[in-house]
Amino acid sequence: MGQITLQGVQKSFGPVHIIKGADLEIADGSFVVFVGPSGCGKTTLLRLIAGLEDVSGGKILIDGKNVVDTPPAKRGLSMVFQSYALYPHMSVRGNIGFGLKMAGLPKDEINRKVEAAAATLNLTPYLDRKPRELSGGQRQRVAIGRAIVREPKAFLFDEPLSNLDAALRVQMRIEVTRLQKQLGTTAIYVTHDQVEAMTMADKIVVLNGGKIEQYGSPLELYERPANLFVAGFIGSPRMNFVTGEPALQKGAATIGVRPEHLKIERDGGGGWQGTIAVAEHLGSDTFLYVDAGALGMLTARYIGELSLHAGDRVSLMPDPARIHRFDESGNALRG
Amino acid sequence: MARMATTRRVMISTAAAWLFGFLIFFPILWMGLASFKTELEAFAIPPSFLFFHWTTENYATVQERSDYLHHAMNSIIIAGGSTLIALLIAIPAAWSMAFSPTKRTKDILLWMLSTKMMPPVGVLVPIYLIYKSLGLLDSRIGLVFILCLGNLPIVIWMLFTYFKEIPRDILEAARMDGATIGRELVYVLTPMAIPGLASTLLLNLILAWNEAFWTLNLSTSSAAPLTTFIASYSSPEGLFWAKLSAASTLAIAPILVLGWFSQKQLVRGLTFGAVK
Ligand SMILES: Nc1ncnc2c1ncn2[C@@H]1O[C@H](COP(=O)(O)OP(=O)(O)OP(=O)(O)O)[C@@H](O)[C@H]1O
Ligand SMILES: [Mg+2]
Repeated sequence: MGQITLQGVQKSFGPVHIIKGADLEIADGSFVVFVGPSGCGKTTLLRLIAGLEDVSGGKILIDGKNVVDTPPAKRGLSMVFQSYALYPHMSVRGNIGFGLKMAGLPKDEINRKVEAAAATLNLTPYLDRKPRELSGGQRQRVAIGRAIVREPKAFLFDEPLSNLDAALRVQMRIEVTRLQKQLGTTAIYVTHDQVEAMTMADKIVVLNGGKIEQYGSPLELYERPANLFVAGFIGSPRMNFVTGEPALQKGAATIGVRPEHLKIERDGGGGWQGTIAVAEHLGSDTFLYVDAGALGMLTARYIGELSLHAGDRVSLMPDPARIHRFDESGNALRG
Repeated sequence: MARMATTRRVMISTAAAWLFGFLIFFPILWMGLASFKTELEAFAIPPSFLFFHWTTENYATVQERSDYLHHAMNSIIIAGGSTLIALLIAIPAAWSMAFSPTKRTKDILLWMLSTKMMPPVGVLVPIYLIYKSLGLLDSRIGLVFILCLGNLPIVIWMLFTYFKEIPRDILEAARMDGATIGRELVYVLTPMAIPGLASTLLLNLILAWNEAFWTLNLSTSSAAPLTTFIASYSSPEGLFWAKLSAASTLAIAPILVLGWFSQKQLVRGLTFGAVK
């Protein structure tokens, strides 16, 4: 079991409020990702759950029990650090088995579990090496092995893949997701990479300035962002925002259209007129950055190759069903 | 071409390093050589480098005239004792400053170091009088105590820098792994701190072994370490170069051997952990 509930959790460092009252319900077995810009408090919130930091207010419940006064060792969670934080003087075997040793398990049982974990992570040939004799990806696996071997109530990951190169990151992303589904253990995963968030999460928590902006499934956030911040943060390339006349026509202060929901037509069609400033041809996609005069710069995405170039005039036609409307304070208008 | 240039550069810098090393080592070599000369040859001009009459009689005289083992024992007790006590005090001090620093930690560290800026001779008279009235003059305890206090700031500084290097993440990982404070200390912190502790211990041992100001001024015979043993050959009957050299060679021999076998730790210690 690993159901985690936050009730009005607050944290301040001295006079600075970092977490301003977080409420969250994390279901057992789900994969929850915290995303947000740098410095928004993702790590802090994770460390509060881990118990490495004391809350300034509110409650943290794990399986219904308030743990704010429970030391990290007793919360039954395990954590994977961005820096890996392996014990440099212990072998891979010692690193993975350390938690079990602390729990007082007999030696042969520790060995059995360590070897099983090493086998799932393809670490068997390296069991007797020291961390410094491993590559970055292997160290990362050891850190994950150390987390899974204890069969915790939940895994906490703090940007575990950010030190890996792009190819390895994609591979590890898939592996972590697969492993979590296979074990069925609750996971909280911090990242500022929204692709990681969208692909790995059952549910995403979007944080900004110490506040939870929205909590929902990746598609919910994509299709029904609660406010301008979430709308701009989720999705790549970023959503286009338009104010003024076109927005007023829709009864909103601002309207947003994602680049993939703009129909691109050669000059002369209806919709928003503009000149292409930059055209990016990726083969699979074409991205157009269009200077639309009073409307500002708009980004449009076309799936496949579209032979348009800088300087060409185009008209962009927003898909009426995919227009997001926001009021003056930035909250989404529904209906 | 490029390769030839690099080879030449490596050769030049190697030669320079050897030359520099030899220059630094020369006084010790000269002392060693002089200890095998007769008193006359020892200060002959021009000096003879290797082709003199080799003799071991200086060592015999030195051993006969003064008890080397007695002084060596005192040196071991004083250097070892002061180092151990300093470590016992410094470990928890450096520990708490490195792992739970407060606003004043930096000030405290600087204040500690500032005590080393005062010349010891400035407090010689008061310390001498205090020792006299406490009956600590020429006692091993007295010397252990003063050397321990003298080196404590350096020991704390060194340990502080080592402890500071230990990443907090690793300690937190241990905590997440279910380790209590005690076990975190035994299984994670101590093994990671051992290289730092070892080099601090070695360096302090050498500093205490060679300390001459307090040992010369506060001891005469029964607690006198090897420094006093050496000094006894430079006065008052005049200078005996050969015997002085023999005595000095004997005095530094143990620490030289120790240093030779722990070079790696020492280098780390002397560079305050800068070499990884
Ligand atoms: N121990 C601390 N003392 C004071 N302020 C802190 C402390 N730890 C974090 N903060 C502040 O809290 C804020 C949130 O930090 P946090 O590390 O949680 O950000 P983050 O969302 O994880 O950012 P990033 O994506 O860069 O890792 C930052 O403004 C940071 O300066
Ligand atoms: Mg962070």
